[in-house]
Amino acid sequence: MLLQFGILLTFLAMGEFIVMATHLPVPSSIIGMLLLTASLRAGIIKPRQIERLADFLVHNLGFFFVPAGVGIMNCLGLIADQWLPIIGASVGSTIIIIAVTGWTHRAVRKSLSRKKTISAKA
Amino acid sequence: MEFITNPIFLIAITFIAYIGAQILQRRFGIRLFNPILVSIIAIIIFLRGTGTDYETYRQSSIYIDFWLKPAVVALGLPLYRQLSTIRKQILPLLLSEIAGCVVGIISVVLIAYLLGASHQVIMSLAPKAVTTPIAMEISAATGGIPALTAAVVVSTGIFGGIAGFRIIRLSHIKSPIAQGLSIGTAAHAVGTSAAMERGERYGAFSSLGLTINGLLTALLTPLILSLIGI
Repeated sequence: MLLQFGILLTFLAMGEFIVMATHLPVPSSIIGMLLLTASLRAGIIKPRQIERLADFLVHNLGFFFVPAGVGIMNCLGLIADQWLPIIGASVGSTIIIIAVTGWTHRAVRKSLSRKKTISAKA
Repeated sequence: MEFITNPIFLIAITFIAYIGAQILQRRFGIRLFNPILVSIIAIIIFLRGTGTDYETYRQSSIYIDFWLKPAVVALGLPLYRQLSTIRKQILPLLLSEIAGCVVGIISVVLIAYLLGASHQVIMSLAPKAVTTPIAMEISAATGGIPALTAAVVVSTGIFGGIAGFRIIRLSHIKSPIAQGLSIGTAAHAVGTSAAMERGERYGAFSSLGLTINGLLTALLTPLILSLIGI
């Protein structure tokens, strides 16, 4: 377990380093995640070396967001003043994003498979 | 009363609230009893009731926040397990992510503007679909209020986790890949934890969605905001 933790933190540290060095507007954790995927792909890291801790963290991801959510108590006044645009825009846009992402994915896949069947026939 | 501000006690309260909320959800099977939502409300009521301010809670909750970053790094594992599918579908994945990102930013800004939000609130809402650390940085960079952004991001994630699969059913999105992708694009890591409950395949594409949308949103938000000119 110590090794698993060490590996994840090393990738996070690499992410931190890259962000510091390049000033990319991307969080270190996302860079660390991409580096981890790349290292697993390259075989530098084996899945079994991290999977116990990684699966535990991934399956309990929601818990780690609770403190950030409690921060809502500090802007309750602002939310009370402008609750309609805040809730309306968040809910409306979330529905739109889900539908548009899913529909675009389906449309692109359909047009690609149509092209494939046309070229296969020709 | 001093005991209430003890950091270990406040961390324990957070665990108890979350585990209690999980038990509640399992017992009643109601999606609205989302453990994140229920425990946030319970903790706020507790802090208010005992007269503890957020800053005091914050001093202990940083020990939980610490795990947020390693947990996001850990999403690299389910992503790796789906790599072969991702490579086969690279074009549909990229195009749907670009569509979701651009339409997402424009829709949230326009709806907020039409409903009369102030400029600062609009800027705080713009990056609301992506994971907290990215969203807070974008918000600070474009003139929003990062604390409000964090609150809206987590609420959006909870809404996506509770209602996401219902919206998917209503929009007739069938493929598990598109479903996971949509949830992750709209509701980041909190949505991903709901997708993970449905199966690792959903979860992996949800984490792919949150990653690509996180990168795209960081790159495109300033540009889109200046094009809309609100």
